[in-house]
Amino acid sequence: MLKINNLHAEIEGKKILNGINLEVKPGETHAIMGPNGSGKSTLASVLAGRDVFNVTKGDVTFLGRNLLEMEPEDRAREGLFLSFQYPVEIPGVSMMSFMRTAVNQVREHRGLEVLSSAAFLKFMRERKELVEIDSKLTNRSVNEGFSGGEKKKNEIFQMAMLEPRLSILDETDSGLDIDALRIVANGVNALKTSETSNIVITHYQRLLDFIVPDFVHVLYEGQIVKSGGRELALQLEEKGYDWIKNELA
Amino acid sequence: MQIENYLKTYQSILDASNGSIPDFIRKERDAAKEEIIENGLPDRADERYRYLDLKPVFDDTEYKRITSEPAVTDSLGSFFQCEVQGMDTDLILLSNGWYHESTLPKDSKVVVCSMREAFHKHPELVQKHFNQYLKKAKDGWTELNTMLAQDGVFIYVPDNYITEKAIQIVNLTHGFSEKEIFQRNLIVIGKNAKLQLLICDHTLNKAKNVNHLGTEVFIDENADFQMYDLQNEPDISNVFSHLAFHQEAYSRLTSLAFSLHGGTIRNNLYVTMNGQGAESNVYGLVLSDRQQRMDNFTFIDHAVPNCVSNEFYKGILDEQSRGAFSGRILVRKDAQNTNAFQTNNNICLTDEAKIRTKPQLEIYADDVKCSHGATVGQLDEEAMFYLRTRGIDKHEARFMMLFAFANDIVRKIEIEPLRERVADLVSKRLRGELVACEHCLLNCESN
Repeated sequence: MLKINNLHAEIEGKKILNGINLEVKPGETHAIMGPNGSGKSTLASVLAGRDVFNVTKGDVTFLGRNLLEMEPEDRAREGLFLSFQYPVEIPGVSMMSFMRTAVNQVREHRGLEVLSSAAFLKFMRERKELVEIDSKLTNRSVNEGFSGGEKKKNEIFQMAMLEPRLSILDETDSGLDIDALRIVANGVNALKTSETSNIVITHYQRLLDFIVPDFVHVLYEGQIVKSGGRELALQLEEKGYDWIKNELA
Repeated sequence: MQIENYLKTYQSILDASNGSIPDFIRKERDAAKEEIIENGLPDRADERYRYLDLKPVFDDTEYKRITSEPAVTDSLGSFFQCEVQGMDTDLILLSNGWYHESTLPKDSKVVVCSMREAFHKHPELVQKHFNQYLKKAKDGWTELNTMLAQDGVFIYVPDNYITEKAIQIVNLTHGFSEKEIFQRNLIVIGKNAKLQLLICDHTLNKAKNVNHLGTEVFIDENADFQMYDLQNEPDISNVFSHLAFHQEAYSRLTSLAFSLHGGTIRNNLYVTMNGQGAESNVYGLVLSDRQQRMDNFTFIDHAVPNCVSNEFYKGILDEQSRGAFSGRILVRKDAQNTNAFQTNNNICLTDEAKIRTKPQLEIYADDVKCSHGATVGQLDEEAMFYLRTRGIDKHEARFMMLFAFANDIVRKIEIEPLRERVADLVSKRLRGELVACEHCLLNCESN
């Protein structure tokens, strides 16, 4: 599904990623953990196509194609989804027209027929039910005035609408209370199939109780310095990142 | 030089008039002439015109000044249509600044006629209002309009009359020579009366032109006046618009100016709140590209207590276009309990596009609520990225954001079919499509 090979990236001359190697196969869930400033969000942004980051070395293939050569919208259409750590407020753009445009552009790309208004509404209702996000968010402008929890739920709702193959969840748990966390995690799990994969970026083991990873990686100074199974997250929770730092020193 | 030419034109109008101009009109025009002789026509040396380069308008072009009624044998309405689908309007057609015809029923309670006719048929109303409001602008370009405009539209809505059907004024600029056109309108809305007015400008050929438009509106006690000005003209058309509203107690004004396309557009707008409890809502949208120049100069005068004014202008400037917004609000010493709000937001899409924005609040009363805010920014790159990560292509994402920005002004339109029509025009404009009116049989192009 996704193969990252020796990925280096920088912003304004500052090196952030220093040789990332990672392979994600269909059906797998990977967790990426690491201290602040280790490059987790940068990795997510680079994969989604944010052009403020400059890739200086390495390559990434997604479903057999060179991901780094694709525009952000083409990555999304091919099945990559990024749930933002800080979803952007867009005043004046209604959730409804935003999602309808997005879904139809994605469908067109995938060779599916464009949905009429009625068909779109029906589809939206079904997807809302699937992720159990029953909200009036769709009647408002994109993320405008949403609470932290609403914004994250809205990300998962969008994920449900766009039916991605690979989802990168960038600190989707930050700023959530335990109830909202459960809703968000249940949504992610409801969308999970043997064909789809998730990369979960988080600081806390807590989220991984709900979204259970197959692999856990520790990112430090722009490199994956340790990988393991689920138990690695528990060890980190217990010992903190200093344990890893000391091991590397 | 330019001024002497204008004075000569005025003299030739006088020579041809054979004394048909009423004395009270003649007096105003002569006074305007004296003003021009004394103070000239403002250019960049005048603070108000500091950012407006007039050279592209007054280059080597030899404009023919329209000083007599254009000969039009056919009914212009028979080959020209400018309908807003679903909006039923009474139509007034003007030809090169001169009143041509109207579709108002003969028995209508609303008086609509040419200004020339009104001089003789409604001398008391004309004398009471003509040039009483625009004169205060002390602006040479306004004086020029006063001196040279010989015709235009006169509208009078009698007291207590609610005009159900909106009136649409269509200004047609036509003929093959480069021309300079002068038009002067007077609109009087009686006590408790209501009128919705739509103004559309159209240029029907490719000859460069300058339109000098002067309009005075008197809004009597508790009257309601809405005005929608659609400036959607080719690049060869230039507009100097001078618009003055005079509001009496508890009157309501809504003025929306959509400057969607044109060469150089200068809108001067004056509001005087002369009666307590009056409310004015003044909005504008500017969309410009290439070498277009669009300026909005506004002045709201809170002369009495307990009035409210809301001013909201937005601009999207692309390519090398330039613009300016100047918003002066004066709250006089006695105008206690004034509420005056002003916002001007702009997006410059290129490094070469430039907008100057200048809020100017002068407050002499001590119990008032006033605010102003001006912003100039670029397209929000983070929001663009967000939309694109959802599979929306760059062009569509850009369009969605710009339309949302412009729609803040479009949604102020109270007439639904008109709102849809303007939203459609704005969409097309933002997508870079031709801005020809769908129902126009002439199919003039935007370039």
